[in-house]
Amino acid sequence: MHVNYTNQSNSGAFSLPDKRMAKIHAPSQLKRQLFYDLLFRGATWIFTLIVLILLTGLVVSLVIGSLPAVKAFGFNFLISGEWNPVTEQFGGLVPIIGTLVTSIIALSIGIPISFGIALFLTELSPPWLRQPLGTAIELLAGIPSIIYGMWGLFVFAPLFAKTGQPWLQDTVGQIPGIDFLFAGAFMGIGTLTAGIILAIMVIPFIAAVMRDVFAVVPSMLKESAYASGATTWEVIWHVVIPYTRIGMVGGIMLGLGRALGETMAVTFVIGNAHQLHASLFMPGNSIASALANEFTEADGELYTAALIELGLILFLITFIVLACSKILLLQLRKRDGDIS
Amino acid sequence: MRLRISLARLAISIVLLVVTTFALAADITGAGATFPYPIYAKWADAYKKATGVRLNYQSIGSGGGIKQIKAKTIDFGASDKPLPLQELHKNNLMQFPTVIGAVVPVVNLDGINAGQIKLTGAVLADIFLGKIKRWNDAAIASLNTAINLPASNIAVVHRADGSGTTFLFTDYLSKVSPEWEAKVGADVSVAWPIGTGGKGNEGVANFVRQIKNSIGYVEAAYVKQSKMNYVVLQSHDGDYVKPTEASYRAAAENTQWDAASGFYEILTYKPGHNSWPITGATFVLMHQFQDNPMHAQEVLKFFQWAYKEGDDMALELDYIPLPDNIVTLIQDSWQENIKDKNGRSIYTMR
Repeated sequence: MHVNYTNQSNSGAFSLPDKRMAKIHAPSQLKRQLFYDLLFRGATWIFTLIVLILLTGLVVSLVIGSLPAVKAFGFNFLISGEWNPVTEQFGGLVPIIGTLVTSIIALSIGIPISFGIALFLTELSPPWLRQPLGTAIELLAGIPSIIYGMWGLFVFAPLFAKTGQPWLQDTVGQIPGIDFLFAGAFMGIGTLTAGIILAIMVIPFIAAVMRDVFAVVPSMLKESAYASGATTWEVIWHVVIPYTRIGMVGGIMLGLGRALGETMAVTFVIGNAHQLHASLFMPGNSIASALANEFTEADGELYTAALIELGLILFLITFIVLACSKILLLQLRKRDGDIS
Repeated sequence: MRLRISLARLAISIVLLVVTTFALAADITGAGATFPYPIYAKWADAYKKATGVRLNYQSIGSGGGIKQIKAKTIDFGASDKPLPLQELHKNNLMQFPTVIGAVVPVVNLDGINAGQIKLTGAVLADIFLGKIKRWNDAAIASLNTAINLPASNIAVVHRADGSGTTFLFTDYLSKVSPEWEAKVGADVSVAWPIGTGGKGNEGVANFVRQIKNSIGYVEAAYVKQSKMNYVVLQSHDGDYVKPTEASYRAAAENTQWDAASGFYEILTYKPGHNSWPITGATFVLMHQFQDNPMHAQEVLKFFQWAYKEGDDMALELDYIPLPDNIVTLIQDSWQENIKDKNGRSIYTMR
């Protein structure tokens, strides 16, 4: 390759070999570059528009599909727990509550554990262990949900019925006020089991995001805190967490999104009964699971419409959750801005 | 230059695609019920070897099958639940049965083996209604004086997904219990008064196996495959019958099929000393007036072949083939009801 070094001194600060300079400056080249640039811009616009069009299309078709049920049941659909395909009386209360309750259980188990995992990986773990542990958690996130469901049904549920459920009933089930949550027979499946399986499924997501945001805390901040005599716990509580709050909320929302929409794993272990029980040991139903179970054999117009309306409600719940998290993030940013 | 080559390739692949699509056009397509899928798939495989004609059957569920045939996207639809004559007429459809299957209640009780526990339809209905709560309830105990029933609660397991199995089971319960008919009724999915729902036959089978003192219902084939403890049921005529090939056959033979009603016949609770009370046929739906007579003819040829050559294959998979006199009725109905646009009968290969 020939490079003209003599040119370098003449052209001053900007120094490139001759040939390439010539290429960049050729007018035809410039025109072509301009064209490619426009093409690329246009393409990205179109790709983004496709997403928007798809989203609108989905919402519109959900609304149209659910119209017969909306007309027939109106607001009652949200507060009625009756789901009877024979008499075509439909109310979505049981699956709506099931979706919310399983997701709440999943998050209340998943968040503390993910938090611990992320802290251990970034702050406490010996360096040689970080990489393999981190990869293991990412691998967990890649396992298809049906595997979790089958594992939950074949392995976890029998074990939980034999050991976990009796233990829960004997301990927290004895506390007055919440004892009704742990009443009933030990079947191993039910709302609580679904929540626990969901927790296992969302942990890798939340932990991975938390680890990544913890890792970006400038070591100067942490070192200064340690230097002024702070303990590990104090550094975590007063430096790491305030610095990463926004990222943590993002990770939790990602996990919540997965928990709300999870279908197969929940179907396997939730018990799929359209009945409202106070006890978490009893079978329940979730929106996604009801859709997966009943859509194929739903032949009446009203039946299909009721299922589509459930889908629309799930969409709305997800939208509300996303909106709330955005508002929360905005407020956090504002507060952080005020402090600094 | 490279662009030109890939364009040429694209053109060739498009041409190939078009050609293969035309070649596929001779094949027949069906969609619907999941229950007969194994036997349709087996028949299709053997039929392809015998004739070269391919059947593409998608087991998307009866509901989907009915929707697809109404929309004319497939050559035939399949449903576990027969359509009433009125609905057939409204959509210019005709239907006929293909094979027979059975549903069997199964239990998980310590120390009790297959066929040891006897139940009547009324008691079974009361268990699924939640009225009989314990295994040692007098209603069950008086039927089973020889065995020692536990004092534990009965855990009821049912299907979570819509299913022809559920339709047959609830249809039977509606026939034997007026209370069941009034409170719950019969359909592919119903509002269960109590119990836990498992997805698919394998889901129910699993729950019954895992949950002690449980009772559920599955397709006959699953009882055999997973060696479950089946229940002996009281037949229409009062005898206690075991779920066997002979008792399913007895139910089929004690049924009066009627082509005029569109073969609308549910084989539950049929008379006969040895008739298994929860038996049912699965159905095929076709349009009466065919836009594409060639395809319809291929469909009829396929089922004609299946009725003639497919009995052993059906038995291997625990289905019961239709008795010969019914097949004759079905062929009459084809001749009478499936026509091309000019009103000529399509079924000519008898």
